[in-house]
Amino acid sequence: MTAITDTGPGIVLSGLAKSYGPVRAVHRLDLAIAPGETVALLGPNGAGKTTTIDMMLGLTRPDEGTVSIFGESPAAAVQDGFVGAMLQTGSPLEHLKVREIVRMMASYYPHPLAVEDVLRITGASDFAEQWTTKLSGGQAQRVRFAAALVGDPDLLLLDEPTAGIDVEGRRDFWQAMRAITERGKTVVFATHYLEEADAYADRIVLIARGEIVADGPATEIKAQAGARSIRATLPGVDVEALSALPGVRSAQRHGDAVLLSCADADVALVALLTAFPGTRDIEVTGGSLEEAFLELTAADVGASRQSTEATR
Amino acid sequence: MTHFRYEILRTFRNRVFYAISLALPLVLYYSIASGQRHGTFDGTAFPLYFMTAMAVYGAMYAVVAPGARIARDRSRGWLRQLQITPLRARTDIAAKAASAYLLALPTLVLLYLAGASLGVRLHPNQWLELTGLLVVGLVPFMVMGFILGYLVPVDALAAALGGVVVLFALLGGVFGFQLATSGPLFDVLKCLPSYWLVQAGKTTLGGGGWPAQAWIVVAVWTAVLIPAAALAYRRATSRV
Repeated sequence: MTAITDTGPGIVLSGLAKSYGPVRAVHRLDLAIAPGETVALLGPNGAGKTTTIDMMLGLTRPDEGTVSIFGESPAAAVQDGFVGAMLQTGSPLEHLKVREIVRMMASYYPHPLAVEDVLRITGASDFAEQWTTKLSGGQAQRVRFAAALVGDPDLLLLDEPTAGIDVEGRRDFWQAMRAITERGKTVVFATHYLEEADAYADRIVLIARGEIVADGPATEIKAQAGARSIRATLPGVDVEALSALPGVRSAQRHGDAVLLSCADADVALVALLTAFPGTRDIEVTGGSLEEAFLELTAADVGASRQSTEATR
Repeated sequence: MTHFRYEILRTFRNRVFYAISLALPLVLYYSIASGQRHGTFDGTAFPLYFMTAMAVYGAMYAVVAPGARIARDRSRGWLRQLQITPLRARTDIAAKAASAYLLALPTLVLLYLAGASLGVRLHPNQWLELTGLLVVGLVPFMVMGFILGYLVPVDALAAALGGVVVLFALLGGVFGFQLATSGPLFDVLKCLPSYWLVQAGKTTLGGGGWPAQAWIVVAVWTAVLIPAAALAYRRATSRV
């Protein structure tokens, strides 16, 4: 929309750190986001996603490190109307109607979108005359979305935008978001829904315990975790023996079916067939994002971090 | 401008609050002053004294009202939402201050009419002067409302605002009696802005206006409370 999105610097977080007392919420976080990217901050609860977003908004001051939004400080970027956000908290104001609250938000920005257009895109037109206190959860979410959009910001920061929303509502939300991001907006959203990150982000930044444990497109994250698995039918086999095969990380048996989670599926497959020639119905599947997520955010953060860096 | 409009709209849409801030002083006025139409109190006609007192009482509730709105906005996360828009805090505060006085104005007019119906007669200039003094004297209370709104949890706020208003009203002589008319306690009472608010009717009628002490008291309270409100705002929005 503006020159800034097209050519200017994007968003740079460098060396960000934030502790709440003894709790380390974010630890030495470095992240660069190009203008126009849609990035998911994916991580379990308490990973530091909200703290990171709050620091990008200037709502939380980092202990260390800096945030640069299109070359400006967060406060300056907010002041210039470059930023729109959906916070986790923040229910619509009382004694106002939906249309009024969106109009009010629009009035704060230098170049807002047309209120009626935003209401339509976000699916809020139908209840635009409702009091904001009489909305369902899904409706309130649309209003918060409309409020974040109406200023036509270049950067949208969304902290768990679809938390508590049903599947259909979530799909509608992202459809509307797609319509918006086609105009070249930068979007950063925090989520703990894997499918959401997988389906809607150009890039996933996986955060665990305040650190980035993986960063890249969904496919790359899956590959990074290296988790491919082998399914097969193999009656009466000892799980211990399967686990001991080269390339196998862990093994499970459900009746006659076995499931091998592999560090190296190729090596494991050869070893499996050598050791158990009777193996049938073999199926090698790429790791799911869920497996990658669990593996990368699991206990051994230091090791994951190293392997992540090694693969870069 | 849109922000001002909606801030004012929100104020008047809180109908219960609005109705009470209008009706309560009016009811109190008629039920107490109508029996003492020809009485005198504190060296002036009782209807005038009590008209001023009740106008002050109702207006005090009106000007602390933004505090209630701030606390609710705060608990709903709206204060944070506003922080991440280009809206400047001072615009928001100015809008809330304007809405506070707009809410107070009908209370004053209503009480003036009630006073007139019980025989209060002032020159138009005196009505204006009285209004001017009340507007100035209410400033410290408006700032108190802001401070409480930023600091007190929302579920305790009604009690806090009501408590402050009633306490200052009581000490200022709003309820038709004064705790002291001489001695050290009286000297303390004369350091309260609510005392001088209540006195505004009498001093206007006397033609002398507020004495210097009244201006000093209001100025000092305001000068102390405004930085306190700034601190409270910073605490409510602190970027920890």
